[in-house]
Amino acid sequence: MSTLTFGRAINAGLRRAMDNDPKVILMGEDIGKLGGVFRITDGLQKDFGAHRVLDTPLAEAGIMGTAVGMAYRGYRPVVEIQFDGFIYPAFDQIVCQVAKIHYRTQGAVKMPITIRVPFGGGIGSPEHHSESPEAYFTHTSGLRVISPSNPQDAYTMIQQAISSDDPVLYFEPKRRYHVKGEVDEGSDPAASSMEKARVVTEGSDVTLVTYGPLVPTARDAAVAAGDDGVSVEVIDLRSLAPIDFETVEASVRKTGRLVITHEAAQSGGLGAEIAASITERCFYHLEHAPVRVTGFDIPYPYSKLEFHHLPDLDRILDGVDRVLGRPNSLSGLER
Amino acid sequence: MALKNIESVPGGPGEPGSGLIQLITADGVRVPEPAYDALVADIDGAALQGLYEDMVVVRRIDSEATALQRQGELALWPPLLGQEAAQIGSGRALRSDDFVFSSYRENAVAYCRGVDLTDILRVWRGNASSGWDPFAINMATPQVIIGAQTLHATGYAMGVLNDGDDAVAVTYFGDGATSQGDVNEAMVFAASFQAPVIFFCQNNHWAISEPVGLQAHVPIANRAPGFGIPSVRVDGNDVLACLAVTRQALARARSGGGPTFIEAVTYRMGPHTTADDPTRYRDANELEDWAAKDPLKRLEAHLDSRGLFDEAFTAAVKAKADAVAAELRAGCLGMPEPAPSDVFKHVYSTPNSWLDRQQDHYERYLSSFADSASSDGSS
Repeated sequence: MSTLTFGRAINAGLRRAMDNDPKVILMGEDIGKLGGVFRITDGLQKDFGAHRVLDTPLAEAGIMGTAVGMAYRGYRPVVEIQFDGFIYPAFDQIVCQVAKIHYRTQGAVKMPITIRVPFGGGIGSPEHHSESPEAYFTHTSGLRVISPSNPQDAYTMIQQAISSDDPVLYFEPKRRYHVKGEVDEGSDPAASSMEKARVVTEGSDVTLVTYGPLVPTARDAAVAAGDDGVSVEVIDLRSLAPIDFETVEASVRKTGRLVITHEAAQSGGLGAEIAASITERCFYHLEHAPVRVTGFDIPYPYSKLEFHHLPDLDRILDGVDRVLGRPNSLSGLER
Repeated sequence: MALKNIESVPGGPGEPGSGLIQLITADGVRVPEPAYDALVADIDGAALQGLYEDMVVVRRIDSEATALQRQGELALWPPLLGQEAAQIGSGRALRSDDFVFSSYRENAVAYCRGVDLTDILRVWRGNASSGWDPFAINMATPQVIIGAQTLHATGYAMGVLNDGDDAVAVTYFGDGATSQGDVNEAMVFAASFQAPVIFFCQNNHWAISEPVGLQAHVPIANRAPGFGIPSVRVDGNDVLACLAVTRQALARARSGGGPTFIEAVTYRMGPHTTADDPTRYRDANELEDWAAKDPLKRLEAHLDSRGLFDEAFTAAVKAKADAVAAELRAGCLGMPEPAPSDVFKHVYSTPNSWLDRQQDHYERYLSSFADSASSDGSS
C-alpha cells in the first residue's frame, strides 16, 4: 500500500496501463512536458516518449476524431479533455462516432477509447471550468460512463476503463485531486468491476446515492445525520452508465427512502433517472417519494456564488429531513 | 447577396492558369503533362480498357441501385453519376493495405476495394447500419456526418506513423465538407504530425442544393497550402489524371513526405440522393455543359482513337456490367431480414446491464403475442 493523492493515483494507473500494453497512447492538450494543467500525466511523456504521449493541436473534435482513427489502427487511446466545459467541440465525434461505430459496423470495429474529463466545481474557476456534463453522455448509447471518488478507485478504474473494449468516459472530480488515500498498486484491476456500486457507509433509515466529488460530502452528511439519530446508507455509484441499480434497489428495499445528490443541474439529470428507475423497481418499498438535492438549472455560476449552487452537507441533510417527513426547508409547501 | 459560381472563381476549371491537371481532354485527346506522365507510364491500352470497364460497371451499379430504389427495394440511394473517373482513378491507385475513410457516395471506391456487392446495398435497404467489415477490405463503412471521416483517416495515419509502416490513409469527401470544422482540424493534425494521409476532395459542385461558391471563394485546393499541405487540382473526369495525382500523393506519403490534398474537379450529374430534385435549384444548361465532359465518353473517344474500342471489347464490358447488375439485384432481393433482437446487438462489446434488462423485457413483450396467439387457437 502507498499513500497517493487522487491525481497521483490516476497517474500511477495510467503508467501501469502503458507499461502493460504498448498500444495504450495518451492524447491531449498540454499533457506532454507540462504534464497537463492538473499534472495528471506528469512525467509520462518523459518516460514513454512523445509517440505515446501526444501533445495535440488545440482542437477537441480533432483530438477525438484522430483518436477514433487510432482505434481503427489498433491503438487504445486515452484522451484528456482539459476541462469539462471544453468537451463540447468533441461532442459530435463522441456521440456520432465513438459511441456508434461498434454498432454501425456490427461489432467489427471496437472503440477502446478512454476519455478523461476533469469535472465539477468548487475550485473558484471562471466559466466553462466547473461543469458536470455527465448526463449528456449517460444518455448516449454505446458509451460507458464512470466516476471515481477516491484514490484507490481512481487507480483501479482508470485501468479498467483503458482495458474496456467499449468507449469509457472517466469523469475525474477535480476538486478532489489533492485528497490523499491508500492505494494498493499491486491490486489486479481485472479482479473487480468498474460498474459495481459501493456502499460507503451502511445505514438503515435513508439511502443516499451519489458519485464523484460529492461522495466525501455525503459521507460527512451521514456522520452528521448519525449524530442526530438518523442512520444513512451512502452509496457511491462509481458507474453512471450503466448504473448498478441492483445495489441501490437492495438498499432502498431496506431503508424505504432515497435521496440522490449530484452537482449537475436537476432537470433531466441522473437523479431523475435514478428516482424513476428505483420507483419502478421497488415502489411498494418506498415510504416517501425520492428526493433530489442537486445543482440548479442554471449555467455554472461565477465563483462567489458557486457554493449556493453546489449541494453541501447542510443541503443534503435538508434533503434527508424531507425524505423522512421531518421539518425541513420546504415544510408547509404542497409538493 | 449574390454568390459566385466556381466557374467565376479565379482558377476555375478550364480557365487559363487554373493549374488543373489533365492528361486526357474532354475530346479524348491524350495531352502531355510532363510532371505526371511518368507516373502513368505503365498504363498501357489494356490497363486503360480496364479502367474503362470499371467505370462502366460502377455506372451500371449506380443505375441498377437507382432502379431498385424506384421499385421500392431500397429506401434511398446516393448516385455517383459523373464522378466515376475521380473514384476509379484514385481507387485503383491504392494498395490493399492502404485504408480508406469515405463518405456515402464512394461506391466506386468500395468496388475497387473488392467489396461484396450486396454489402453496398445493406444500409440503403435498411437491413444494417452499414454494409461490411472495414478490416476485410481496408475501407471504413460510409460516413454520414459530413467530413467526420477526415479526422479518422488522419488518426489512422498517425497510427501508421507510430507503427513505422508505409501504408497510407485516404479520405474522400466533397466540396461541402470542406466547410466543416472536422476537415479543417484534420488538416491541422495531418500537417502537425506529417501524417501519411491523402485528402481526396471530389468537388462535384453541389452540396445538395448549395453551389460550391457558397463553400469557397477560392479554388478549394488553394486552402491546403495554408495548412502546410501541398495540394493539386485535377480534372476529376479524367481517370488517368486522377490515377496519376493519387499515385504521386501516395508516393509522397509512403516516403515520409506527409499529407497531400487533391481537389478532383468533377460534377454530380444526378441528384444528391434519390430523394432529391435538382430541377428546383440548378440550371439544365449546366448539366448539359458537364455532360459534354462525361468521364466515360472521353475515355471511349480516346480508346477509339487508338483502336481499342472495338465491338468485342464493348460487348465484353457490357456483359460484365450486366452480370454485376444481376448479382447486385439478386443480392438485394435475397438479403435476409434482420431478427427483432438484432436491434440490441453490438451496442456494446460486452454485456450492459441496462440494455440486457431492456432486451429481456422486450423479448417478454414479443413472446406475449405468441402466447395469446396459441392460447386462442388463432394463427
